[in-house]
Amino acid sequence: MNKKSDDRLLNWLDERFNISPFLDFMKHKQVPIHKHSVWYYMGGVALFLFMVQVLTGILLLLYYQPGVDSSYESIRFIVTKVNFGWLIRSLHSWSANLLVLFIFIHMFSTFFTGAFKNPRELTWLSGFILLALALGFGFSGYLLPWNELAFFATKVGTDITGAVPLVGKAIKIFLRGSEDVTGGTLLRFYAFHVAIIPAIFTFVLSVHLLFIQRQGMHEPDFYKKLPREKQKTIAFFPDFFLKDILLWLIVLNILLFLAVFFPWDIGIKADPFASAPQGIRPEWYFMFMFQTLKLLPAHILFIEGEIVGVLMFGVGGVAWMLLPFWAGKINAQIRTRVLTTLGLLVVAFILVMTIIGYVM
Amino acid sequence: MSINRRNFLNIFLGTGFLGWVGSILYPLISYLIPPKVSEAKIQSVKAGIAADFPSNSGKIIKFGRKPVILIKTNKNKFVALSATCTHLDCIVRYRADTNQILCACHNGLYDLKGRNISGPPPRPLTAFNVNILNEEIIISKPSEMS
Ligand code: HEM
Ligand code: FES
Repeated sequence: MNKKSDDRLLNWLDERFNISPFLDFMKHKQVPIHKHSVWYYMGGVALFLFMVQVLTGILLLLYYQPGVDSSYESIRFIVTKVNFGWLIRSLHSWSANLLVLFIFIHMFSTFFTGAFKNPRELTWLSGFILLALALGFGFSGYLLPWNELAFFATKVGTDITGAVPLVGKAIKIFLRGSEDVTGGTLLRFYAFHVAIIPAIFTFVLSVHLLFIQRQGMHEPDFYKKLPREKQKTIAFFPDFFLKDILLWLIVLNILLFLAVFFPWDIGIKADPFASAPQGIRPEWYFMFMFQTLKLLPAHILFIEGEIVGVLMFGVGGVAWMLLPFWAGKINAQIRTRVLTTLGLLVVAFILVMTIIGYVM
Repeated sequence: MSINRRNFLNIFLGTGFLGWVGSILYPLISYLIPPKVSEAKIQSVKAGIAADFPSNSGKIIKFGRKPVILIKTNKNKFVALSATCTHLDCIVRYRADTNQILCACHNGLYDLKGRNISGPPPRPLTAFNVNILNEEIIISKPSEMS
């Protein structure tokens, strides 16, 4: 398309939908440039990976059949018989893991650069909900192949919710669809995975992105203190946007490399009447919680160890979610130091527990 | 306090609205809670010929919808215990080398009486009765649990 017909099309649309305010906004939106600018791209990578999930997930739906007698078999069919089925499944699994990884990186980068503070409280809150939903995606998707590893990991994972005081038992039965992990659980997880969570995720993601567009990128303190002429920026469109696309292409290549050279394993079909094999573990992003529960003794002061653990993670999670609402109350002089230390402790805890989980 | 007409209408409509919301939500939430499947009251199951069972080994037996672990000790004695780990619901296994019951999920250990001896399990495994009738192994529910 040449410039002229481009303008004609825009004019045509503008006459009908009044899109010029939107175009102006896009033209004038600036992204600050400084030594921590790389972190501005992490959310975008997560967005890209989510789109990969939607696309590959929909393709898997064409052949996947949920059910105790069909889940495992249909995935075996996908990877052995369907043309490039192995690739689609491997992409979905790898991209799921990279997505969670990038959500974590994105979250911690907004934490350490202080981007979560006033006026971006709701951006942080919606981001936290997206993390929780992504974990829900991963947890529900893990069971879908109905293999041994996933079967026991789901038994353990759902049984942990039973330790929540008062409502635990109800949550557990709601998740499982009965007292035990059965074909009914598989159907429920399928519904969560392909319908309920995608719908909520898409909505919260739109809100998250809308907030970001309205407020513009966060500027770190050192950048704000620079004299006006030293505050370098680039235009969101097309400069930043093109860089985004370039990075997405790089990520896509890494993803393809992983999916092709390290195809995802199917494992052994689950048997609800067999002993749990050695090496039951959840996906790596649940490992730190799993490992903590494993290290807690059976009883801590007459309370069952896992009740203490679940309460600990519950309180910690809520505090993390509400971070922007209490962080401002810390004495301003030590605030940055307190928060950085806290963040480093959280990261260190997650890393150490994850590593212990894999070597022990 | 006198209730004027506007107040009265507000309360009247408000209550009606709440009732309406409730009548929508109640069936929805009820639908999400799975119905109770009536469990066939199984009192005992047969688990094969006693002589065919290798000694110093264990096997998971289907007791209705629950797994039970049947073990023949190295002294050829039969033991049956609930196979559901009391920690987080995994299914236990028999360890022939140490004559103990292991849960591989978090390394919970039980002895042959089902007592939790190390690792995270908080309670012992429930014992089942084992009888040999005409050479056949019969596992039955402990009497106090029906
Ligand atoms: C609309 C979006 C999505 C749809 C329609 C979808 C659909 C599916 C289907 C049909 C399966 C079963 C096939 C299989 O196990 O390979 C599956 C598995 C899985 N999904 Fe998704 N999915 C979506 C998004 C996501 C997202 C966002 C994540 C991660 C955060 C995710 C993580 C997983 C995982 C970990 C598995 C198990 C992979 C395996 O072991 O094969 N999915 N998904
Ligand atoms: S489930 Fe058996 S030790 Fe945790």
